[in-house]
Amino acid sequence: MSKLMGIDVGSTTVKVSVVDDQNNILYKSYVRHYAKVKETVLSELKNVRAQFGDEEYRASIAGSAGLGLSQRSGVNFVQEVQAAFIAIRQFYPDTDVAIELGGEDAKIIFVTGGTEQRMNGSCAGGTGAFIDQMATLLDITVEQMDEYALRAQKVYPIASRCGVFAKSDIQPLLNQGAAKEDISASIFQAVVDQTVSGLAQGRRIKGKVLFLGGPLYFLKGLRKAFKETLKLSDENAVFPDLAPYLMSVGAALHSVGVQPESIDKIIGRIESAKGADDIIVGKPLFESRQEYADFVKRHRATDLKFADIATYTGDCYLGVDSGSTTTKLIMITPDYRILWSHYQSNNGQPLDIVISKLKEFYSIVGDRVKIRASATTGYGEDLIKAAIKADFGIVETVAHFKAAMHFNPKVDFIIDIGGQDIKCFKIKNGAIDSIMLNEACSSGCGSFIQTFAKAMGMEIDKFAEKGLYAQKPVELGSRCTVFMNSSVKQAQKEGASVEDISAGLSSSIVKNALYKVIRVNSADDLGDNIVVQGGTFLNDAVLRAFEMETGKQVIRPGVAGLMGAFGAALHAMENQNETTTTISREELENFSYKSTSTNCHGCTSNCNINIIRFGDGRRFVSGNKCERGAGMKPASTELDIYAYKQERIQKCVDGTKGSMGKVGIPFQLGMYEQLPIWAGFFETLGFEIVLSDKSSRDLYFKGQHTIPSDTACYPAKLMHGHIESLLDKGVDFIFLPCESYNLDEHDSTNHYNCPVVAYYPELLKANNERLTEDNFMMPYIDLNMRKSCVHTLHETLKAHGYKFSRGQIEKALDAGFARLDSYHADVRAKADEILAKAAEQGKQTIVLVGRPYHLDAEINHGVNKLLTSLGLAVLSEDSVFSKGDIVTVNVLNQWTYHARLYRAADFVCHTPNVNLVQLVSFGCGLDAITTDEVRHIMEQNGKLYTQIKIDEINNLGVVKIRLRSTLAAIEENKAKEARAAKDAALKAALGVSQTPAQPQA
Amino acid sequence: MKEKKNRKKAEEEQKVTSYRDDYPKWDNKTMKSTYKILAPDMLPWHFMIIEEVIRAEGYDLEILRNDGRKVIDEGLKHVHNDTCYPCLCVVGQYIDALHSGKYDVDHTALMITQTGGGCRASNYMPLIRKAIKNEFPNVPVVSVNFSGLEKDSSFDISMGLLLKIAYAIMYGDSVMWCYNQTKPYELEEGASDKARDEAVAYVTSFYKNHKGYAKYKKINQKIIDIFSAVKITDEKKIKVGIVGEIYVKYSYLGNNNLEKFLLSEGCEPVVPALMDFVLYCIVNTVNDHRLYGHSRAKAILYNLIYKFVHHMQKNVIKQFAKSRYEPLHDFDHIRACADKVINQGVKMGEGWLIPAEMAACAETGVPNIVCAQPFGCLPNHIAGKGAIRTLKNMYQDENIVAVDYDPSATRVNQENRIKLMLATARETFAREQAEAAAKKATDEPAKASR
Repeated sequence: MSKLMGIDVGSTTVKVSVVDDQNNILYKSYVRHYAKVKETVLSELKNVRAQFGDEEYRASIAGSAGLGLSQRSGVNFVQEVQAAFIAIRQFYPDTDVAIELGGEDAKIIFVTGGTEQRMNGSCAGGTGAFIDQMATLLDITVEQMDEYALRAQKVYPIASRCGVFAKSDIQPLLNQGAAKEDISASIFQAVVDQTVSGLAQGRRIKGKVLFLGGPLYFLKGLRKAFKETLKLSDENAVFPDLAPYLMSVGAALHSVGVQPESIDKIIGRIESAKGADDIIVGKPLFESRQEYADFVKRHRATDLKFADIATYTGDCYLGVDSGSTTTKLIMITPDYRILWSHYQSNNGQPLDIVISKLKEFYSIVGDRVKIRASATTGYGEDLIKAAIKADFGIVETVAHFKAAMHFNPKVDFIIDIGGQDIKCFKIKNGAIDSIMLNEACSSGCGSFIQTFAKAMGMEIDKFAEKGLYAQKPVELGSRCTVFMNSSVKQAQKEGASVEDISAGLSSSIVKNALYKVIRVNSADDLGDNIVVQGGTFLNDAVLRAFEMETGKQVIRPGVAGLMGAFGAALHAMENQNETTTTISREELENFSYKSTSTNCHGCTSNCNINIIRFGDGRRFVSGNKCERGAGMKPASTELDIYAYKQERIQKCVDGTKGSMGKVGIPFQLGMYEQLPIWAGFFETLGFEIVLSDKSSRDLYFKGQHTIPSDTACYPAKLMHGHIESLLDKGVDFIFLPCESYNLDEHDSTNHYNCPVVAYYPELLKANNERLTEDNFMMPYIDLNMRKSCVHTLHETLKAHGYKFSRGQIEKALDAGFARLDSYHADVRAKADEILAKAAEQGKQTIVLVGRPYHLDAEINHGVNKLLTSLGLAVLSEDSVFSKGDIVTVNVLNQWTYHARLYRAADFVCHTPNVNLVQLVSFGCGLDAITTDEVRHIMEQNGKLYTQIKIDEINNLGVVKIRLRSTLAAIEENKAKEARAAKDAALKAALGVSQTPAQPQA
Repeated sequence: MKEKKNRKKAEEEQKVTSYRDDYPKWDNKTMKSTYKILAPDMLPWHFMIIEEVIRAEGYDLEILRNDGRKVIDEGLKHVHNDTCYPCLCVVGQYIDALHSGKYDVDHTALMITQTGGGCRASNYMPLIRKAIKNEFPNVPVVSVNFSGLEKDSSFDISMGLLLKIAYAIMYGDSVMWCYNQTKPYELEEGASDKARDEAVAYVTSFYKNHKGYAKYKKINQKIIDIFSAVKITDEKKIKVGIVGEIYVKYSYLGNNNLEKFLLSEGCEPVVPALMDFVLYCIVNTVNDHRLYGHSRAKAILYNLIYKFVHHMQKNVIKQFAKSRYEPLHDFDHIRACADKVINQGVKMGEGWLIPAEMAACAETGVPNIVCAQPFGCLPNHIAGKGAIRTLKNMYQDENIVAVDYDPSATRVNQENRIKLMLATARETFAREQAEAAAKKATDEPAKASR
């Protein structure tokens, strides 16, 4: 009988196996294909021919990238998980569960106890590509990462649902100087958590577990993390030598029923497989070399002049931009020439870079040059400012604006695409009018191209250059990295060239910025004086794609990558003092620091913090959520309604012991609004209320294995942990009602809950095996319908063996509503008090609007504390909405919480010194609607709108920059108003008559 | 508890501020004869018929059948990143059409349906207005709804027209149902498509002539007869149910031609009837009374409507039972199925209908299911992905794959997951075929010996 052959074409590798009819594996190979799928498969097949000669084979192709190849070559196809399953049954029949991590897929196969095969959804990281991406971020090889991980001391929580999220978690850790060992181990742990929650979805992984796929075969740190998390013994955790090849072996075994063909025939089939026509291509970036030359010449015109560092004598100003992925330094002369600059990837240690580069600078210039003033900006602003004792620290948005103004004082639009962020500012009347930053999920910026270039085995410059003359740039869509990854995968599969993909990626990034971050309807929205900047725009392909997409010529300064630093240097120059505090050459020579990470015990949050001790005894703390971590007195909570509410709502529970039994209330989602009702209700009936544990990342992990849909919002996913904690507390039953309708506050056309809040109990019951009819009470009620509500509660309690009279239920419900009313009244009274005090103290107030459960400190990540630490008073939507008018909006106003948002916005618009910041949970589809509408209300009234997207990730650094930018803009507006008022007063005093406003034409 | 009061009363007491942008309104009286109305192809099967129903009423309606990447790209440009995929497809179709130059934009209106439910899909209307505002400020958007929404831009649906559409939905279901059971088995390539065109022409002729469209038994029988004339093999194929969010369930644009893909994989797609969704909406109003004590009068009325439609459905099922085709699901059965999995109170989006249809499929020999949903669809977290575990515990062979649809989710990713589901399906299918053959083999000697 002819031999069997399996070809497994994954997203990054090709595996080929040959098996004889006795199921002996005669040959196996594993190579990376660097997107050259067809070529790699062919060369591997030729190897097979070289070894076995011209024989007949029964062959099958498997794998995500093999699908198209199979279709076009006519070689049989087998789904790769199916292939793995076949091989497992043949070679490892005693397996209970198999976990396979591939390049871009993750799979789990439950062999015993009900066979089930699962793959990750379309939005799921935690795979080989994710690990590669993280290694790139750390600037180490995957092998090094593995070594590091084995030496780790501690594990940080990192999101792995998606590479973009994980980056947001890792970057601050890197910038704070956390050890690479610990970060590496944390990355592996994240992959494990993702597999356990995202794939197993409630089904326990137990028994003999087989680990398959490249990453699990090669990475010991990852193996260790899996073994420890799943608590597997040595004999139950099987890491077979066959792991990387298993799918190709399975594909071979699957080929038994396939027509045998000679290897030459098979090679011929694959050779003649054509690229499909159905990939969509765009216009080339440049038609000719001449066109490119003209383009380059035009942009050269806006380069700064250089001063010769070897001869220059005099003053200079230092600007440092410590960004998320890169560190930028610039020294400028008083006449705006560049004396010296530096742009470098962080490699995880921005501080080291700044220090060594400054030393280098001094060694070149000696005493010829004097730094007269310095300023820092960016993510690492505070750290670097402390380290080099800079004179100023400025918000990066302001720095960028300053720099752009230098090149075009009329600038009305700035777009900055950096390694990890996209930032856009609209400028009106010489001030930042609105700021748009990319949200967690549409990042996919500069570092994405970089990762991709690496995956193709190329340096980024080279890779980008290739796209310049691509004839058929591939349309890759515009969304987040993960999605672009699979678009690229598909394009490769369809036979697109590296050139076409490179050009396609450049266009994608531009489209992402334009349509997803800025969300323009037409290029005219951008204004006429556009300045583009950020390292990514140094890439000519991206710049060209931007000009093509907008149809406008833009300014890209030669220092595009250094604009933050340049702006900081300009700021230092403009605001210089008599003397500078900047670190001197001598101090620099003796500079040293030590970084330690620890937990802050200032409160129950136990934040991870990093302490950097400088050689001169000063210390710098980062990672803290509040001032306590930095050893300072926290800002007073006097003007913070979030702090007040957090305490006040808990007080709605009397804490009486009660004789009827214990009711568990999961304190999350709708309960953040309705706890007073149900506490009053059950305590009046004689029950004891037991609240679930306080939300925390640990609590989330506790319930993670029961989450079936990991793209739901974080508050919902936390609910699973709350349920677990109540089950562990031994309550008599857990109470969580289903409510299609929220309370009617008479200001909207209907009063729905969102689908998640309304029906989450259904999902909990279906996915947590510990919940039963007996211990979980989830009646469907409408609190606005008293009679039916009383009836339902009466019946529900009766069914659980608690007999009350209807009168008792009514009384209890009334007591509950009384508690809710008094809670609301107190919150509103507190808001009045805060407003009055803020006015008295001359403080700005921010209404931090969101949904009731955004009160949870684990969900809002302490944004309220951040605001108070910035010297602001903080209110919430529910405390002020009744002061706003009833509003009519463009969208359907039929959700209770949405109506509150709109009315709160109305209140803000009509109240001086009050501004609004909206909190939005990632994955909240309804807030996609409300955010636009709230923004619309704010902008109609000339107020700034700021949105903060929050998820399980905890990256206050970004939030802080955003809030500070908003504050800077608010200050700027105020100053302008004051100037205008002063002018008017002056004019009036001088007796100049006001010119009447011209009637509109 | 609080005194019953509504927004209207509150408005009388408090100041009302409007943040509403101005938009062109739809006026049925003046615009009916002068405007072209464009509608997205949300329900390809049913819109083939409904298009003619509305045209017969004197409206110049056109169902948009443009598709491809251009449509999706227009959608991406004009709709918020996080808004669901169906909205993006719908807006994409509109804008692509308006850009095409084929329509006089001063005399064109866009039509969209609105349910007024608690899912954000009810908000398509303002999103469309916003999307076209800059480029096409004079194009009115017309709402088709039964909840009293958008009073200044509503399509005028008389009781008579409503009935006509209801019948059209039923006929659309029958055509779809017959086609899906014929196409995979046709001996002569294209014969089923010919039968479909013939059946659609037959049905629409009644509307064009303004009479006889309510003779549903006659019409339905004819549809069955037309398809029964197509010669088919007696080969057995794997049946795959398609359930999920209403748009991606039915629209080829939304689900990357899922039906065609399943056909190409040698499967028979089983797409539950649209009438199920209509009945689901009707039942929800009845449930609002049962669960929450909402309007009793409304519940009684809706219950009557339910009985009326269900009575017809049962008659149609009887006709199917006598034919070579599997009958449609009986909605009473679907409701019973729902009660096993989830509470009928889950009524936002497609709510309880999704797990109910999955269960109904499992109980009628279709354990293989694609649960199609737009990426990040809120109701689907609960009623789709959230219910799968329960279903798997209930039905041994239940084989469900949840597929997310999204502008950037690639086809290869989706198809690979569906293929995984199909691999399992094929194994189960082969096992069952073998068992059936074995049973036959043991039965026959027994018969012979008798």
